[in-house]
Amino acid sequence: MSDATTYQRPAIPWAVRLALGFIAVFVLFALFGQWLSPHEFRATSLLDRLRPPVGFGGTWDYPLGTDARGRDLLVRLAVGAQITLIVAVVGTLIGAVLGSLLGVLAAARRGFVETVVVGAVDVQASLPIIVVALFVLAMFDSSFTLFLLLIGLTGWEVYARLMRGAVLSAKEQGYVTAVRALGASPYRIYLRHILPNVVSVALVQFTVNMPLTVLLETALSFLGLGVQSPLTSLGQIMSEGRDRLLTAWWLTLFPGVIIFLLALSISLVGDWVRDRFDPTLRSEN
Amino acid sequence: MTPTDLSPVLAVRDLTIALPPGADRAHAVTGIDLTIEPGQTLCLVGESGSGKSVVAQAIMGMLPPALPMTSGEIALQGTPNPPQRASAYHRLRGPKVAMVFQDAISSLDPIQRVGRQLEEILEVHGVPKSERRARVMDMLAAVLLPDPDRAYRSYPHEMSGGQAQRIVIAGALLLNPALLIADEPTTALDVTTQAEILELIEKLKVEFDTSVLFITHDFGVVADIADHVVVMKDGIAVESGTAPSVLQDPQHDYTKRLLAAAALAPARDQAADGAAIFQVRDLSLTYRRGLFFNRTEVPAVREVTLDLHKGQTLAVVGESGSGKSSLAKCLLRLQDTDGGQMIFKGRDITALQGAALRDFRSKVQVVLQDPFGALDPRFKTIDAIAEGPIIHGVPKAEARERALRMLELVGLTPQAADRYPQEFSGGQRQRICIARALVLEPEVLIADEAVSALDVSIQVQVLDLFTDLQDRLGFSMVFITHDLHVAAAISDNVLVMQHGRVVEQGPTAQIFANPRDPYTRALLQSAPGQKRGLVA
Repeated sequence: MSDATTYQRPAIPWAVRLALGFIAVFVLFALFGQWLSPHEFRATSLLDRLRPPVGFGGTWDYPLGTDARGRDLLVRLAVGAQITLIVAVVGTLIGAVLGSLLGVLAAARRGFVETVVVGAVDVQASLPIIVVALFVLAMFDSSFTLFLLLIGLTGWEVYARLMRGAVLSAKEQGYVTAVRALGASPYRIYLRHILPNVVSVALVQFTVNMPLTVLLETALSFLGLGVQSPLTSLGQIMSEGRDRLLTAWWLTLFPGVIIFLLALSISLVGDWVRDRFDPTLRSEN
Repeated sequence: MTPTDLSPVLAVRDLTIALPPGADRAHAVTGIDLTIEPGQTLCLVGESGSGKSVVAQAIMGMLPPALPMTSGEIALQGTPNPPQRASAYHRLRGPKVAMVFQDAISSLDPIQRVGRQLEEILEVHGVPKSERRARVMDMLAAVLLPDPDRAYRSYPHEMSGGQAQRIVIAGALLLNPALLIADEPTTALDVTTQAEILELIEKLKVEFDTSVLFITHDFGVVADIADHVVVMKDGIAVESGTAPSVLQDPQHDYTKRLLAAAALAPARDQAADGAAIFQVRDLSLTYRRGLFFNRTEVPAVREVTLDLHKGQTLAVVGESGSGKSSLAKCLLRLQDTDGGQMIFKGRDITALQGAALRDFRSKVQVVLQDPFGALDPRFKTIDAIAEGPIIHGVPKAEARERALRMLELVGLTPQAADRYPQEFSGGQRQRICIARALVLEPEVLIADEAVSALDVSIQVQVLDLFTDLQDRLGFSMVFITHDLHVAAAISDNVLVMQHGRVVEQGPTAQIFANPRDPYTRALLQSAPGQKRGLVA
């Protein structure tokens, strides 16, 4: 009989290592980046308007330059990263939890509940989310909580669909029949046997969805619908730099590069996690 | 006469094929010799992992790069084969050697009509367009399809397993090869269909003057069709010879074991009737699908009546779709019934609910067919077995202690307790499933095709385990199976099902000796191994 220890974990590819490294740096920057600068992120200084970064005619006083109101870009990026991080994690989490619950419920109850959930999934999947966001944020007073909720409600249908499929196929497994025949209650069957075997599906989707949330936050903020001044996010900083793309390039370039690297890093890690959890690899003995 | 006419159709000398490093042995097969003379059938017998399919792949020139041929020669009609995977095989596969696989439906392209797929074979080998259709139609008639015209226009999913296998055989013989390799072609089929396909291969062998290399695990099949036999185990030919000599005077222990598994003699004398512990009266179940207009009703179980006696085993025998697994679900109360009554120990359990149902569950347990799906991959052996007692309120420590004792009783070491199901073989997993069912000390055990997924020699061991545990613990058993050998080996009484109905039931020895119903008779006659009297 094969030994339990003969299975060796495959090495983590270097691209994923780099991605994990960048995510770590990003999180540290979001948490502690404000201490890198003596300035406050809302403090304006009209004398120091549109200072370029160090190396392009700027001084160490403002290492990454300033914006049109003379606010320090470095500290604003740190605060923006913080908000973007909160939106990415909380927003994705809302969708993941809600969608997963609905998907499990649909598969467990079948019948009418399932019809309603599947119908709602189809409706959600065909809604142009940017237009809906425009409408909702224009109708109601734009608040950070509303924005978070809106972001959270965009990705749920993917989780619902995936979890419904996973639970339906897990229900057909022999061990579910066997445990039912042992006399286990439905709660025990779901909590101890079905859910532990399908939760990896939602975890993988979580990492795949997160970069999409980051990009959605950025897009909405860039359009002026997302995070509102005086609060800031990476997308909002970019939107403020929109009018000076050619003259003050640093206002859009720095947040843009950070968003790009962040989305790419999370995607790389997500792909790797998905491969690790691939069900076709899991049942090998 | 050219030398090819005198040479054997297939000559394999000292074939050795390596396995990748880290496998459980160094070579897939070692030093295999095979010779097939024109018009002869050679049966290559072995269980999963014996290397028999690898030999077939090597002859077809289809060995994957991970399995290099390290020594040996393969010659077809006196001409040595090119190196593995050489493009020259395109001219050999079809005209000289062709192959048929176990799963016929998936060897066909699902989106092309059968006729087109067969014509493609001719097209590839340069047969002019004008001749193709006629040759395909002739071939479809030769494989005895009831309506060749319709088969020509059908898609693979419209065919039954037996029909699809006929199509695949037609494709293999289209170019009239000298050698037909059949790799377990009847394993996935019902017994009556299997008998038809074996008969067809025998007929075509003569008609097309083809030799056959038949790969199987079933000595019943060997007895019916083989001229020569080679028995393989762990990549080595442990025994070879003419069919009569191997069948009548097997030398190797392993051959003897496989032969014993193919015997169809009822093993148990008719036991004295104990009291009926489980009585079923006019049980019916209909599956309903769809809503309103497209509502369909499929009757799965129709008015089944049976008695299970204390300490005895009732075998429920039937082909796929006969309703035997649906019956098992009803008996286990996993499926609500539509009519009839089930009485367990004098109590009507047909509509039991709540605590009473849970109590019933601890008394009637199940072992399922697929040992790989039947265990939660996240539960260690000990936790899987202890789960039943824990559900029924036994303290955790005591439940684990009982699980450990059970583990020993089913023949596993205590070290198995902390391992996960993925680390066990199919036979070992089935032992764990048996332990899980028996730890609750049930009075009735329902085994739904519980040995069907196992190799024959493992089947024998697991069947012995069932019998042994039954003797020790005294439970009654309902053993659901499609395999008459299994029914013969384990049951006191047998019940034969067809289309959801009971066609015949009674003591096993009596029914096997004197079947009254025509379907039972057909079923028993289809069991392979009767031509040479392997079946007593």
